[in-house]
Amino acid sequence: MNDEILDWGIRELQRRLESAEVSAVEVLEAYQEQIAIQEPEVDAFLSLDLEAARRRASYQDERRARGERLGRLAGVPVVLKDNLCTINFPTTAASKILDGWVPPYNATVVDRLDEEDAIVLGKTNLDEFAMGSSTENSAFKITRNPHDLDRVPGGSSGGSAAAVASRMALAGLGSDTGGSIRQPAALTGIVGLKPTYGRVSRYGLLAFASSLDQIGPLAASVEDTALVAECIMGHDPRDATSLQEAPPQLLGSLSQGVQGIRIGVVTNLIEAANPEVQAGVEAAIQALARAGAIVEEVALKELAYGLAAYYVVAPAEASSNLARYDGVRYGLREPGVTVEEMMIATRTKGFGPEVKRRIMLGTYALSAGYYDAFYVTAQRVRTFVREAFARAYVSFDLLIAPTSPTTAFRIGERSNDPVEMYRSDVCTIPSNLSGDPAISVPAGVDADGLPIGVQLLGPALSEQVLFRAAFVIEEGLH
Amino acid sequence: MSSRTIAGPARGWEYVIGLEVHTELRTATKLFCGCPNAFGEEPNTSICPVCLGLPGSLPVMNAQAVDFAIRVGLALNATIQRSQFHRKNYFYPDMPKDFQISQYDVPINANGHLELPSGAVIGIERAHLEEDTGKLVHRGGGGRIESAEYSLIDYNRSGVPLLEIVSAPDIRDPEEAKEYVAELRSILVAVGASDGRMEEGSLRVDANVSVRPVGETQMRTRVEIKNLNSLRSLTRALEFEGRRQVQLYEDGEAMLQQTRFWDEARAVTGALRLKEEANDYRYFPEPDLPPVAPDPLVIEARRSELPEFLSTRRAQLADVLPELSRDLRETVITDECWPYLRAALDANITPHRAVARCANELVALLDEIGALSPSRFVEVLALEDEGKLGASQVKVLLREACLDPLAIPELVAKLGFTASDADAVKAMVAEVVASCTQEWSRYLAGDEKVAGFLLGQVMRRYGRQISGSDARQALTRLAEEARAESS
Ligand SMILES: [Zn+2]
Repeated sequence: MNDEILDWGIRELQRRLESAEVSAVEVLEAYQEQIAIQEPEVDAFLSLDLEAARRRASYQDERRARGERLGRLAGVPVVLKDNLCTINFPTTAASKILDGWVPPYNATVVDRLDEEDAIVLGKTNLDEFAMGSSTENSAFKITRNPHDLDRVPGGSSGGSAAAVASRMALAGLGSDTGGSIRQPAALTGIVGLKPTYGRVSRYGLLAFASSLDQIGPLAASVEDTALVAECIMGHDPRDATSLQEAPPQLLGSLSQGVQGIRIGVVTNLIEAANPEVQAGVEAAIQALARAGAIVEEVALKELAYGLAAYYVVAPAEASSNLARYDGVRYGLREPGVTVEEMMIATRTKGFGPEVKRRIMLGTYALSAGYYDAFYVTAQRVRTFVREAFARAYVSFDLLIAPTSPTTAFRIGERSNDPVEMYRSDVCTIPSNLSGDPAISVPAGVDADGLPIGVQLLGPALSEQVLFRAAFVIEEGLH
Repeated sequence: MSSRTIAGPARGWEYVIGLEVHTELRTATKLFCGCPNAFGEEPNTSICPVCLGLPGSLPVMNAQAVDFAIRVGLALNATIQRSQFHRKNYFYPDMPKDFQISQYDVPINANGHLELPSGAVIGIERAHLEEDTGKLVHRGGGGRIESAEYSLIDYNRSGVPLLEIVSAPDIRDPEEAKEYVAELRSILVAVGASDGRMEEGSLRVDANVSVRPVGETQMRTRVEIKNLNSLRSLTRALEFEGRRQVQLYEDGEAMLQQTRFWDEARAVTGALRLKEEANDYRYFPEPDLPPVAPDPLVIEARRSELPEFLSTRRAQLADVLPELSRDLRETVITDECWPYLRAALDANITPHRAVARCANELVALLDEIGALSPSRFVEVLALEDEGKLGASQVKVLLREACLDPLAIPELVAKLGFTASDADAVKAMVAEVVASCTQEWSRYLAGDEKVAGFLLGQVMRRYGRQISGSDARQALTRLAEEARAESS
C-alpha cells in the first residue's frame, strides 16, 4: 500500500482522499516510512517535524469527516528550501550565521501553501544563502543525489530536489537566482519551474540577489509542478516587485498541445553541453516536432555573456543583502571589544568560504572607481541579454536548450574550482537576467543512468505555453 | 530689496554655507512598512520584520510620504521627477539592514529655490526621501560609542520617513542660515509635511560651511557640522566654525575637509572620528523598489491645493505698501493675523490703517479672539475709515467684539459711542472752547499747555461719549482751521 501511495501524483492523491479510500494520516505515514529509509542516505533535510505533520494530517481528516472542503494541496507532503521564512521551523539558509534562528513570520509562499492545506514536512538543505550549484556549500551537511549517492543533487535547491526525487515529498519549493531550481531538478530527474520575475512573492525569501531571485516549485511531474505553481503565484502587496497580473490557469490548459507553436533551438547553448545531454535535448525536440510544433535553430550569442554579467550583479546585490548578518540583532554573535570587532568576528566565523568570496566580489564591484567598469557594464550586458531574447521572441513562442551542460557530477569534483562551478550555470542564468520564465523537464538518462534535463524558455508571463510544451515532452518521452 | 547687512566671520572674510535639513514626515505609518510613525512610544514597540530589516523582509513604498515630498517640492519651486531609490551601504548598529534606503542621483525633487524674508533667494539642490535609522543610547563612558560600557538600540525610529532638503551653498552668514531654516520650517508645517518640532528631532540640520576672503569666487575646503538641533545651536556653531576657519587660514595652517559636531555645553565644534570620512557607501539602485514616478495629474492636483506661503503674502503686501518695514510685515503675515489683514485689504480699508490695526490691536487680542471674525474686524475698521469712530473707540470696540458676539452696530450703541464720527466730536469740542475764549486764544497763539485745560473741559462735559484722543485730534483740527481762516 505505502509504495502505491508514493506513486500517486497530487491530483490522484486528492481523488483518493476525497473518496475516503485513504486518509491524510495514512499518506503521511507512507511518506514517513520513505523518509526513514531514504533520509539517512540522501541527507536532504535541515529540519524535519513529522509529529507536527501528523497532527496536521489528522486534523485534516477530521475536517474532511465533518464535510469541510479542503484546499487544493490537502494532504500533500511538501518541503521548503531553508531560505524561506517559517514560524514553525528554524530558517538558516544553511549558514552558521543563522543557526537556530526562528523567524517571527512566514514567507508569503508558506502562507499560501498553508491556505491550500499542504502539509509541510520540513526544511531542506541548500548551498549557503543559495550560493552554489551543488549544495556542497551548506554549512551543515552534504546532500546526495538519489540516483547516485556519490554525486551532487545540483543546487542550490539540492535538498528540495533530492527530497522530491527520492519520493520523501510530493513537491518542494526552491529559489532560483541563476538556475537554482532548474539545475537540481535536471540533475535529479524531476520538473522545476522558475516563474517570471514578480509572479511569486519574494516576501520571506532570504535575499541572495534581489533582482534575480524567484521562488518556484519542484515536483515529479509537469502536472504537479503546475498545480503548486498555481497555488503560489499572484500579487502580494508586501513585495513591491510583485506583478499585478492574475495567476495563470496552468492545469486546465496543460493538454492543449503545441500544434503550430514556434520553438527555437538555441544552438550555442546546446553546443555547450556534452553529447549525451545534447542527445536528450534532441529527443525532446523530436517529441515537440511530432506533436506539431514548428522547430527551427537559432543562435543567441549574447546569452553567453550573461554568465560574466551575472557574476557581477548577483554578488553585488548579495554583498548588500548579507550585510544585515552582523551579530547585532539575531543569529550568531561572536564576542568583540568594540561593535566593529564583534561584527567582523561574527561574519568571519558565520559565513562559509563561498559566501565570503561572493561578498568580496560584490563589494569590489560596487566600490568607488570600479562601479562603472563592473556594475554598470554588467547592467548593460543584462540589457543585451534581454534584447537578444526579445528579438528571438519575435520569431519564436518558446526556446529550447539544455538545463545543465552535464549530468550530476561527483561530490568534491568541482569544489576546488569555483569558476568551473560557475560555468555550469551558463544555460540557466540568462532567464534570471531577463526575468523571463523557464522550466526544466526530464529528458532521459545518460549511460550512467543519470538524469538529463531539457529546458524550455519563454517570454515574460508565458507560463501557460511553457507548461503545455513541458507536458508534451513528458508525454512524448514516457 | 535685501535690507540686511551680511556679517562675515571676520573683517574681509565671508561665509559660504549650505544646509541639509532632515525633516521627519508626518505620515501615519513608516516609509516602507505599516508600523505607526509615532514619537515617544516605549522602545521597540513600533517595529515589524520590515523596519527591523529581518531576513526575507521587503520594503513597500508609502504613498503618503511620496505625496508629502511632492507638496514640499512644489512649495520649493522644484522639479518633481521620476525618481529612483538607492542603497547606501555602511555598517552601523542603529541601521538594521546595514544599508540605508535613500535617493542618490535621481531624487524626487530637484532644482528648487526658497525666497527669504530678506529677499535673498537660496537655491535648493534637491529634496529626497530616505528612511531614518534607529536610535542608539550609549550607557557609561560619557555616552559616546567609543567609550560606552554598552549600548541600547531603539528601532521605533527605524524606517520613519525623512525628507532631506539640501540647499545650494548660497547662504552667506549665520543669521541668514537661521532665517532659511525658519522659513523652510514654516513651509514644511504649512503643507502638513512636518510638525516642525526641532526639539523633538523632527527637524535636524547639518551645515556645510567654509570661509573665503570677500571677493574670492572659488569655494574653499568645507567642514560639515552634524546634528544642529536648534536655531540657536545653528547660529552659534556657524559663528564658531567661521572664526575657527579664518584663524586657521590666518595662521597658515591646513584646513581639513572633515565632519565635526557641535558641543553645546562648551560652545565649540569638534572633529568626529576620521574613520567616518573613509566611507565608500557603494551606492547602487535598490532592487526591491521600482522607481517612483509621480503622476502629472497628481502633481497638478497637489499644486492647486498648496496653501498660501509667507513669500506670497510678502509679495502681495509689497504691491500695496512698498515702504512697509520688515518688522511690521513679518508681524502681519503670520497665519493668525493674515486672514484679518487680507479681508481688510479686500474690503478696501486704507492699507496702512489695516496693517496698523493688525500689528497693534489684533496681535494683542489673538489669545482671546473669540467672536472677532475677519468680517467683524473689517466692519469695525470700516467705521474708522469712514470717520465714524475715533482710534481709541476702535480699540475699545475691537476688544468688545472679541468678547460679545452682538452685531457691530449694536456693540457701538451698547458702548455709547453715539457721537462717534469725527465731525460730531469736532462740534462738541467747538462748543466747549467757545465758552473758554481766553484759553482758546492762548492756545491758538501757540501755548500748548492750555490744551490740557481745554480737553479737561470737553471730557467733563461729554464723559465717555468721546475719547480723549479723538477730542485732542478735533482740537488740533479746529485750531488749524482757525489759523487758516485768520491768515
Ligand atoms: Zn515596521
